[in-house]
Amino acid sequence: MEENRQQKDQIPDSADLHISAEYAVAERDIAELVTGEVVVGSSLWRDAWRRLLKNKLAVFGMIVVLVLVVASLIGPTIIQKTTGYTYDSIPKDSALLKSFPPFRGPDGRFSLAHPMGTDAAGRDILARVLSGGQISLMVALIATLVSLVIGVSYGAIAGYLGGPLDDLMMRIVDVLYSLPYVIIVIVLLALLPAKTPTAQLAQLFFALGAVSWLTMARIVRGQILSLKNQEFVLAARATGVSTPKIIFRHLIPNALGPVIVYATLTIPTVMLSEAFLSFLGLGVRPPRVSWGSLAAEGAANLAVFPWQLIFPGVTMALMLFSLNFVGDGLRDALDPQARRN
Amino acid sequence: MSTENGNLLSVRDLCVVFKTEDGTVKAVDGISFEVKRGETLGIVGESGSGKTVANLSLLRLIPEPPGKIESGFIEFGGRDLLKLSQTEIRGLRGKRIAMIFQDPMTSLNPFMRVSKQLMEVTQLHLGHTKQQARAHAIKMLEQVGIPDAHERVDSYPHEFSGGMRQRVMIAMALSCQPELLIADEPTTALDVTIQAQILELIKHLKSETGASVILITHDLGVVAGMTDRVVVMYAGKLFEEAPTRELFERTANPYTKGLLRSVPDPTSEHETLYQIPGQPPDLAHLPPGCPFAPRCERAEEICRREFPPFVELTMSHRSLCHFANEIYAETKSAA
Amino acid sequence: MLRFIIRRVIVIIPMLLIVVSLTWTLVRLAPGSFYTGEKKLAPAVEKNLREKYGLDKPWYVQYGKVLKNIARFDFGNSLKYEGQSVNQILLRALPVSATLGITAYLIALLVGITMGALAALKPNSWLDYASMTLAMLGISIPNFVLGPLLVLLFSLTLFWFPPALWNGFPSKSLVLPALTLSAIYIAYIARLTRSGMLEVMRSDYIRTARAKGLSETQVVTRHALRGGLLPVVSFSGPALAFLITGTVVVERIFALPGLGNYFINACFNRDEPLIIGIVAFIAISVLVFNLLVDISYAFIDPRIRY
Repeated sequence: MEENRQQKDQIPDSADLHISAEYAVAERDIAELVTGEVVVGSSLWRDAWRRLLKNKLAVFGMIVVLVLVVASLIGPTIIQKTTGYTYDSIPKDSALLKSFPPFRGPDGRFSLAHPMGTDAAGRDILARVLSGGQISLMVALIATLVSLVIGVSYGAIAGYLGGPLDDLMMRIVDVLYSLPYVIIVIVLLALLPAKTPTAQLAQLFFALGAVSWLTMARIVRGQILSLKNQEFVLAARATGVSTPKIIFRHLIPNALGPVIVYATLTIPTVMLSEAFLSFLGLGVRPPRVSWGSLAAEGAANLAVFPWQLIFPGVTMALMLFSLNFVGDGLRDALDPQARRN
Repeated sequence: MSTENGNLLSVRDLCVVFKTEDGTVKAVDGISFEVKRGETLGIVGESGSGKTVANLSLLRLIPEPPGKIESGFIEFGGRDLLKLSQTEIRGLRGKRIAMIFQDPMTSLNPFMRVSKQLMEVTQLHLGHTKQQARAHAIKMLEQVGIPDAHERVDSYPHEFSGGMRQRVMIAMALSCQPELLIADEPTTALDVTIQAQILELIKHLKSETGASVILITHDLGVVAGMTDRVVVMYAGKLFEEAPTRELFERTANPYTKGLLRSVPDPTSEHETLYQIPGQPPDLAHLPPGCPFAPRCERAEEICRREFPPFVELTMSHRSLCHFANEIYAETKSAA
Repeated sequence: MLRFIIRRVIVIIPMLLIVVSLTWTLVRLAPGSFYTGEKKLAPAVEKNLREKYGLDKPWYVQYGKVLKNIARFDFGNSLKYEGQSVNQILLRALPVSATLGITAYLIALLVGITMGALAALKPNSWLDYASMTLAMLGISIPNFVLGPLLVLLFSLTLFWFPPALWNGFPSKSLVLPALTLSAIYIAYIARLTRSGMLEVMRSDYIRTARAKGLSETQVVTRHALRGGLLPVVSFSGPALAFLITGTVVVERIFALPGLGNYFINACFNRDEPLIIGIVAFIAISVLVFNLLVDISYAFIDPRIRY
C-alpha cells in the first residue's frame, strides 16, 4: 500500500483500504510482506525457524533443494570418476553416437550405464542434467544477488532519505515496472552475444539481476519507512551516527525478514527466466548446458526421444516447486500474521 | 418458559471454544443470563473477556472453525437457537435479532452504495420490492438523523463520517423492527461528542420501537446511563449480575469493584486514576481456582486453589466470588 | 478522471521513446548487420541495398527516421520478408498471438477464480490443499516443459489434437497452445483469488452481511467477490507483459505464426525495421493496457478517485 502513493493520495481513509492495489501483489503476495510486522530480535528468528520446521511442505522443499544442490555440486565429479562420462564427453565408438533410452545399453538390454539415457550424440543425460544444474543454480544465485544488492540499496536510500528524491526514485521504479523489459533483454542477448561462454554467463547474471530488483526495492523502501521513525534509529541519529551507517547498520538488518523471503522467491523466478532465455537459444550456449538449454534440445527431439526432455524438465520443475514451497514457508514463518486460517 | 416470565432471550450454560496454536481455549465458559422484553442489558468486561464472542454466538456468527459453540441453550421466542437449521437462523438474523458492530469504518461494504446495503435487508426479510425498499431505506436514514437522506442514500460508505456511518449501521439494524438489538461497543471507535449522540439515538429509537437491547461495552459510564441491568464478564465467565443501580452502589465482586474504582470521578480530589493491577489472563493458561485471583486485592489461599461459587445475594443479584457475601455486607455498610 | 487519463497518456510517450531508443541503440551497437547474416551479398549489391534503406546515412538521420516512423506508425519494409511492410506482418501475426493470449487468459480467469474461491471458502480442507498444490505445480512447471509434454501425451500418444498447426479460433489446434500458456496464469490467479477472498471473508463487512441474514451464497456473490477479486484485476496489468513472454515460447513450441515467433526470428536475422516495429507495438500495448487496468480500478473500487 505504501508504494501506491498515487492512489493512496486519492483515498480519504487510507485505513479503509485493506486491499492493496499494488502491482507487486501480482507477482507474489507481496503485500503481506510490506504490511507485515517488523521482525526484530534473535528470538523471533528462532521462533520463525521453529515454525518453519513445523511446516511439512517447507521441510520437504528444503530437503529436495538440498539433495538437488548437493547432487549438482558433487554428482558430475562422481560420475566422471566412476564411469568417465562428463556432460560433453562424446563416445569414440561411432555405434554409440545415438540416443539410448534410460537403463538401456547398446544391445537394447538393461544396463546401469546411463540411468537417464543418452542424447543424440551419445552423451550421458544424467551427467548433463547435473552439470546443467550447476549452471542453472549459479545463474539463479548470482542474478538474485545482483538484484538483491541493487534493490536493497535503492529501496533503502529512497525510503530513508524520503522527500522529493524518494518520490523521483519510486516514480522511476513505477515507470520501469510497466516496461516490457523481457523484450529488451531478448534484443540485448540476441544482438550482442558475448565472445566467450564465461562472458555470456556474466551477461546473463546482469541482464536477469538488473530486471528483477524492482519489487525488492519497493519492499525494502516500505520496511525502511516504517522503521526509520522508531526510537532506536532516532537514538542513533541523535548520537551523531552517519547516514550511510544508519542505513546499512541499523535499518537494513532490521528489514531483513521480508528481504530474505522475497530473495528466496526471486531465485525460482530468475531460474525460470534463465531457462526461458536458454530455451530460446539466447541464454546458456553450447558447450555449456543448463536445465533450460537441455529442455530446448529435448523438446526438439520430443517425438522420438522423450526422455531427453523429461529428465531435465522434471528435475527443474522439482527444484522450482521445492524452492517455491520453501519461500512460502519462510514467509508464513517470519510473518505469522499473514498466515491464513 | 421464556415468554411467560417476560424473558425475550434466555442463555443457559453457554460454552464457546476456539482452537488456537496453544490449544483449545474456552472463550465463553458456562455463562447464563436473560434479557427481558423492553429492557436494556449491559455486558461489561475488558477486551478478551468473551463478551463479543458470547453475543456473536447468539446469532451463531462465530467463525467455525476455529470457533465452536460447545454446549448450552439459547432460548429466543420459545425456541433454542442452537437447534435451528441454517435457514431458520438466517430468517432471524437482521429480522428479529439485529446487530451493530464496533467499527463503522469497516462494518459497511466499501464497494456498495448505502442504499443497496439498506434495501438488501428489507427485500430479504419483508419481501419489499425495489421501490418499497428504497423508500423504506430513506425513511430509516431520516429516522437516524442523516440530513438530506434523499440524496445521501446513494452515497458510498467512505463518503460518510464515522458517526454518520454508525447511524447508517443503526438504520440498517432497525430496518425490520427487530425485537432484540445487540450493540457491540457501538461508540468505541467514535469521537467523544459523537458517542453521546449515538447513544442518545439508540436510547430514543429503543423507546420508540420497544425493542430489547444488549449493550456490550467496557465503559461503565455508558452502562450507568443506558442500561437496566448489567452482566460483568471476566475470562469468559460471568462474574457478577445485578440491576444497574445496585451494581454501582453495592457490588459484591472484587473485579467489579476494581472496574468501578477505575472510572474517573470528576468530584474526587485524587489526582491519580486507579488501575486494576496486572494483565487480563491468558485464556490458554488459566490458573487453577479463581481466574481473577492473581490480580485480586482480596485474594486468599482458597481463591488460588478452588474455583469460586456463584453466590445469589438477592433474586436479581449474583456474584462469582468466595467472599461475595462479605463484600456485599461491606458495601452495604459503606452505602 | 479525464485529467488522470491525459496525464497518463502523456507519460506513455516518453516511455515509448525510451524503449524504442534503447532497442534501436542495441541494434546499432550490434556488430554486423542483416547483410552479414545468411546470404552473402556482393559488396556492390549490399551498398545499393544500404542506400535504399538509408543505412548509409549518419546515425542521427536514421534515428530521426525511426522516430518519424513511430509517429506515423509505419515502420517501412522488412529486410527479411522482402516486399512486405512491417505493418502487413504485424497485421498477419497479431490475430494469432491475440487469439492465443486472450483464449489462454479467459481460461485462466475461469479456472483460476473458481479454484481460488473454492479453496478460500473451505480453507485447510482437502479441496484447498489440492487446488493450492496444483497451483504451485502450475507455477513451477516451465511452459516449455509443459507444452512438449502435452504434445507428447495428447498429440503423439492419444492423437486428440494436432501437434503444430494453426487454424485460428475456434479449432482443435488452439487447445494445446492455449492450455500450455494458461497454466501459469491459472496458478497465479488461483493464489491471488484465494488470498484476496480469505482476507475479505474475514472482514467486518462480511460479518455484517451474515448478520443481516443473507445466505452464504449471497454473502459471497454480492459482498465478497468484488473485494476479493481486486488483486486479480491488478494482476491483469502485468499479466499482459508476462503473457507476451509466454506467447513467445508457446508460439515457438507449437510453430505458430504469431508475433513472438516473428520477433525472435527478427532478432536472429537482424531485421531492424521488424524488430523496431514489434518492440514499439508491444510497448504501446503494454502501456495502454496498464492504463486501462488503472481506469477499471476506479470503476470497481468507489474509494479510488483520480
